[in-house]
Amino acid sequence: MTKHGAARSHEAAAAHVTGRAVYTDDQVRPTGMLTCWPVHSPHAHARITGVDAAPALAVRGVVTVLRPQDIPGPNDVSGHTHDEQLLPTDEVHYLGQAVTWVVAETDDAARLGAAAVTVDYEPLPAVTTLTAAIAADSYSGPEKWITRGDAEAVLATAPLVLDGEVLIGGQDHFYLETQASWASIDAEGNVVVHSSTQHPAETQIVVARVLGLARNRVTVTCLRMGGGFGGKETQANGCAAIAALAAYVTGRPVRVRLNREQDMVLTGKRHPFHARYRVAATQDGRLLALQVALTSDGGWSLDLSEPVTSRAMFHVDNSYYIPQLTVSGRVARTNTTSHTAFRGFGGPQGMLVAEEVLERVARHLGLRPEEVRRRNLYRDAADCPPDEVDAATTHYGQLIEGNRLPRIWRELLDSSDFTARRAGITAHNASRPHRKRGLAITPVKFGISFTNTKYNQAGALVLIYADGSIQLNHGGTEMGQGLHTKMLEVAASTLGVSPGRFRAMPTATDKVPNTSATAASSGSDLNGQAVRDSCLTLRLRLSEVAARMLGRTGSEDLVFVAERVHAPGEPGHAVAFDEVVAEAYAQMVSLSATGFYRTPNIHWNPETGRGKPFHYFAYGAAVSEVEVDGFTGCFRLRRVDILHDVGDSLNPLVDRGQVEGGFVQGMGWLTMEEVVWDATGRLQTFAPSTYKIPTVSEVPEDFRVQLLSDATQDRTVHGSKAVGEPPLMLALSVREAIRDAVAAFASTPEAARHVPLASPATPEATLWAIERLRDRAPRLQQVAVPP
Amino acid sequence: MTEPGLLSFTLNGVPVDASGTPATRTLLQFVRDRGLVGTKEGCGDGDCGACTVALAGEAADGSSAYQAVNSCLVPIGSCAGRSVITVEGVSSGRPLHPVQQAMVESGGSQCGYCTPGFVMSLFAGYHEPTRTDEPLGDDCIEGNLCRCTGYAPIRRVACSLGPAVAGPPAPRLSRTRPPEHVTAGARDFHHPATLAQVLRILTERPDAVLVAGGTDLGVELSHHRLDPAVSVALDGVEELQTLHIGDDELRIGAGLPLSHIERRARGIFPALDEMIHWFAARQIRNRATVGGNLATASPIADLPPVLLALDATVSIASPDGVRETALDGFFTSYRETVLAPGEVITAVAIPRRPEVPSVSWSYKVGKRGTDDISIVAAAFRLDLDRPAGTHATITAARLAFGGVAATPARAHAVEDALVGHRLDTPTVARATAALREAFTPLDDLRGSAAYRRALAGNLFEKFAHDVANGGHR
Repeated sequence: MTKHGAARSHEAAAAHVTGRAVYTDDQVRPTGMLTCWPVHSPHAHARITGVDAAPALAVRGVVTVLRPQDIPGPNDVSGHTHDEQLLPTDEVHYLGQAVTWVVAETDDAARLGAAAVTVDYEPLPAVTTLTAAIAADSYSGPEKWITRGDAEAVLATAPLVLDGEVLIGGQDHFYLETQASWASIDAEGNVVVHSSTQHPAETQIVVARVLGLARNRVTVTCLRMGGGFGGKETQANGCAAIAALAAYVTGRPVRVRLNREQDMVLTGKRHPFHARYRVAATQDGRLLALQVALTSDGGWSLDLSEPVTSRAMFHVDNSYYIPQLTVSGRVARTNTTSHTAFRGFGGPQGMLVAEEVLERVARHLGLRPEEVRRRNLYRDAADCPPDEVDAATTHYGQLIEGNRLPRIWRELLDSSDFTARRAGITAHNASRPHRKRGLAITPVKFGISFTNTKYNQAGALVLIYADGSIQLNHGGTEMGQGLHTKMLEVAASTLGVSPGRFRAMPTATDKVPNTSATAASSGSDLNGQAVRDSCLTLRLRLSEVAARMLGRTGSEDLVFVAERVHAPGEPGHAVAFDEVVAEAYAQMVSLSATGFYRTPNIHWNPETGRGKPFHYFAYGAAVSEVEVDGFTGCFRLRRVDILHDVGDSLNPLVDRGQVEGGFVQGMGWLTMEEVVWDATGRLQTFAPSTYKIPTVSEVPEDFRVQLLSDATQDRTVHGSKAVGEPPLMLALSVREAIRDAVAAFASTPEAARHVPLASPATPEATLWAIERLRDRAPRLQQVAVPP
Repeated sequence: MTEPGLLSFTLNGVPVDASGTPATRTLLQFVRDRGLVGTKEGCGDGDCGACTVALAGEAADGSSAYQAVNSCLVPIGSCAGRSVITVEGVSSGRPLHPVQQAMVESGGSQCGYCTPGFVMSLFAGYHEPTRTDEPLGDDCIEGNLCRCTGYAPIRRVACSLGPAVAGPPAPRLSRTRPPEHVTAGARDFHHPATLAQVLRILTERPDAVLVAGGTDLGVELSHHRLDPAVSVALDGVEELQTLHIGDDELRIGAGLPLSHIERRARGIFPALDEMIHWFAARQIRNRATVGGNLATASPIADLPPVLLALDATVSIASPDGVRETALDGFFTSYRETVLAPGEVITAVAIPRRPEVPSVSWSYKVGKRGTDDISIVAAAFRLDLDRPAGTHATITAARLAFGGVAATPARAHAVEDALVGHRLDTPTVARATAALREAFTPLDDLRGSAAYRRALAGNLFEKFAHDVANGGHR
């Protein structure tokens, strides 16, 4: 039986479609609000030898130009790595870095002022690419390892050992709403910041730090975001801190809203990665040992690069049991923008490597990749005798309980008609020399929890007013993922009332303190439990009131349903929720309650590389079919079938949206979104004219998405599972389908035994992959005018 | 010149006086400054569609219609006398407009930031008077980027919307003729009705900037790289809005939006239809013109290759009269043309020669299939001595490219070498190899020089292959 919830529309959908949904920079502006504009460094690495702000101050409307000495607290805008200055004092570390910001009455004045600032530089040597950083030994922090068994020993003796390397491109978040914040300071020195941030608590920490204030003096509020995807987990902090500093300096409200070019130049992206691997396998394609060296491009500062790299290391197995595995991870330091969280958080890069390895083995052996993948899938702990439990244990020692992949695999192969389509494609390709089709199925197993265990906590605050209306506060932020919609449903079902009774409040640090980022797909899991906890507290109090109203002595078992409260089995004898609330007020019973949740039984020891870092795994699989044009390398996605595990969905409309949206975003990363820097470190792709995210026309018309049925998850809110990040990695099936089509161009079966493909697999990259496999001369012979 | 009038237009059914704002300010900025913040800036480049509004104009059948446009590319001076609807004007919210209702029910919004733009594109499509019972489909929303939904629910909306059950909330005012000359915020904006007036203004104010569709110029305005004191809107000039389908030629007024060409001239030159399909998105095609696409002289403009392949000629007016010149030779160097100061492109003519057996097609390769700037665009035409087949001999060849040189360019030597040959395997192989060496393109963020060279050959080979398989007659 499927126990998915109701497919309710997004709680703000009507506000979205009428244009009335308010975003940070849409708020009614306070009188006298000023605007900031950055002055960008023209060098990737340089010493600042002088800043002359006088010409800017001469521009009409310019109020001030921010200087490091204006900062009352530490000049440190990092989360906790202490390696990012808000305003650089000595050096700039990437081309485009904000050297200073001009504060002015209008956008025009700020822009003209910024153009008038003159900065003198002494250029320094710069490392602008990941490969150059590796060659130059330019790293941040130490190399880390996770090791299971002795891969080296097996690789030294195994009969079949293959190696390879892959360079994985980055990705711009391209949230439609660029970074935006505004700040004001009252006469008593208390600071209010409105920010489009996924992590209001950290924005609060950073603003308080740079202003030298205790955190209780700073309130950060996030109304909603026009998309985040990880790009506003840390990277909102800088804009918020600039707005707050400028407000501190000028005594007036100040806004910062980046335009698209500024946003793309200033903010970090998905980490580019380099991977080098050696793999040993049996002749039937079973993996024996794998050794992988992962290097991420962290950019100029650490930001979240270390946990991103760790998550890549955690996911370098994807869904496959590899008996001996050694993975190392290291963050390269380059003179580019500081790369950051992006949906998947290193997981996609790690899993891309896993799929690369599986393909390498399968094609070398001349086996179907889908068969080799199936043979290597992890087993479920419950299905393993004690001596085989290793096959249901990850390389970092976490037991895989409730593994749904074998079932997903079977059901999806069946529902996608995989076998028949594989035969059809083989026949098609045999007769079509210039258009080859490819088909691939790839799995996803994604660990759910912050790997920094202490972040796995959440709080909520529910306020019932005496008229029966309710405000719902929790620590999570709404960025389009439908978190508020789900939280309203959790709260409403707990109190037995309709979601319409609630107002989902903007996320604010003065309602719930010390929150974690809305990230790591954890928003519903953590906040849902906290919301439920606070609603259960209130229900308990209301139960006592209702019991007296109903003339009962016991209150524990009262039923809250359909806006009413009654004893079990006595729906005819009920009191209205409103009346219970009014009576509770009259009886001086508290109508507000906090709630709290911490994820139980998770732990991780980074020193030993062992632990149980994840509460559970989210699973899914996708089948993609493409057609590739041999003249141009262009591909068309013909059909996609997805089966994804969201547990008992809290809201199938929202969850389906996450699956479809994540898949398309991943497809963009893997096929068309190419972040290009020139040799000097200048970002070439800083606008949608040069950086191409998918449009509707790249989405296959035949796009079949199913949520796994009978999928109740233990120890989660209403049996649901996290859904934010995992579907992105379903798009690896597109990359592998393209590779499958490329392989079909091979002039000989021998040539198809190794099919390298760059990432992203742009038309150009795909054409070069095809060219590598085919003999040019015979292809020309195939062009002939028919009789 | 006449005494300037005040800049005013209708916004959500209400007249607004915009004379205090520079006429070159974008419509997006203007409506947001008025508190209509439902319209969002996603890029300021006309590439994301978040700022889409509906502008009253003429449908291809001559009736009045709302057209989706990117408000970030429209200077408010262009709006004089027009009617503009923003998302706030679509409905009061109760009840929702059918487009809005469908978006709510389908899960078509997640973060909601792109949503007003989608609503406006769907709104304009929904009320398009020439629309048949066909659902709207992707074409209507190709110019709107969404980063959350993966488009699937929005596509379901587009495919579910039946015929409009009622008219739009505000009347589709066909534009009232604005004053010939308005001034606002110390910027002059002319709205001449005749070509003669255009030429006179250019004589009197040589610094005047012509605004055809403004889809290229608008990017410059939006990013403050240009702020002309005098602008001349060409969209009210009747002579530039004509489309003549004659027996011997197709003559397209230089100021006619591509949306009109694609609907009214469809089927005459399939290679042209094909390229217009790949030419940007709906909001751009509703504004962009042939004249503008030629005058900006971008080496990666989409239309020049196909117009070159079809032997198009360009009519150019000046106070001395009208001259006609072949498009081949029109582009002189990077972003330069034979146009002299004070000259205006009035029309492009493509000869029709039904008596000559011929095959032609056009291709565009970009990183993204839809709505991308090309890496290489190509158009080919082969005239034959008999209908295409094994024995047909090439009597004339046109191999035209964008993205391989500083200007749109033909491969003259390879064209000449094809004449007198059949389209057989050795001929195709020779031409393909020669085309790969015919140009010295650049490496850039879109593609390497090597890829461009490969495409120059491969696209011809693809064309030959398609012809061999019976396509492109």
